Amino acid sequence: MLNIVWIFIMLASVVYAFFTGRAAELCTGMFSGAEDSISFLVKIGSFMVLWQGILNVADKSSLSESFSKILSPIICRVFNKVKKGSLELGLIANNLTANILGLSNAATPLGISAMKELAKSSKDGRATDDMCLLAVINSSSLQLIPSTLIAMRTSFGSEVPGDIIVPIWLVSSLTAVFAVLICRFSQRSERDGRL
Amino acid sequence: MADFSSYIIPGLIAFIIIFAYSKGVGVYDSFAEGVKMGASSVVDMFPSVFALFVAVGALRASGLIDFLGELISPLCSFLHLPQELVPFVLIKPISGSASLALASDLFKNFGADSYCGRLASVIMGSTETVFYTIAVYFGACGVKNIRHSLKCALIANIFGMIMSIIVCNFYF
Repeated sequence: MLNIVWIFIMLASVVYAFFTGRAAELCTGMFSGAEDSISFLVKIGSFMVLWQGILNVADKSSLSESFSKILSPIICRVFNKVKKGSLELGLIANNLTANILGLSNAATPLGISAMKELAKSSKDGRATDDMCLLAVINSSSLQLIPSTLIAMRTSFGSEVPGDIIVPIWLVSSLTAVFAVLICRFSQRSERDGRL
Repeated sequence: MADFSSYIIPGLIAFIIIFAYSKGVGVYDSFAEGVKMGASSVVDMFPSVFALFVAVGALRASGLIDFLGELISPLCSFLHLPQELVPFVLIKPISGSASLALASDLFKNFGADSYCGRLASVIMGSTETVFYTIAVYFGACGVKNIRHSLKCALIANIFGMIMSIIVCNFYF
């Protein structure tokens, strides 16, 4: 995916610059992009390292387990075939918790294990309702503290880098609810269509 | 409200430290371990961030980015979306590094506290890289027929972007 995106941006820019006679600007632009990326990583990187340190403390303190327990009843309601005390419930709860706490390194492997567990009840490589739901929930943002974003805003001179947190909570929770609803609606209309 | 949000991160850090200490966790050692992990994930990020920053540098310097924005500007004014944000909004569901590069380009050119910068921030924080996530999740478990999932994820993504515009209009 990234391959196509990168090729497209680079070639389209070069072609456009040639037609508009901005080849010199193009060169400068690419070099300053390269330069910016280094200063970007130095600034953002230091905050990411700090945050990863804090998150690791949270992780070691079994904060995630306490959080998963709160989520479990909700997950049972939202996912049709996930039963209380089942292996997949635990995995889904841990996956969503890792997402919410921003432990993105942990979230993906947990989510994949949950998908594999759910896939055991699927037939002929066809995704089940619950698998679709888990993938859709994971493709909406659940992160409580958008740490990289706040670091970026700080490094670009924002006076109140955190003032976007509350709007983000509002938008991402509405979007997550919307994602679940639209997924359930699609399940139903697919089933009715076949009958 | 802006004042309240400044307390969230320090408050959370204090809460985590107290919670971990009360559970008998070696707080400092876990922190140091996390720092090591964080450093290696920053290094892992480097190649793709570098590549996309160069690409975005080219995109801006060639003038193509402004051309694209103007092309879709009628739709933008209908959605109350500043046209500077068009490339960012289009790339967000596809690539994380590319949207990082475009967002920092926006912050640099318009300021992080501008309406543009704030709207880009809210979109960045409340939507995900849809195509990537769906590909990884279904790819890993060998499912071929993904049914309605991509469609639903994309509709939810568009919903998130529209909600970002509405919320930003009210909030800022």
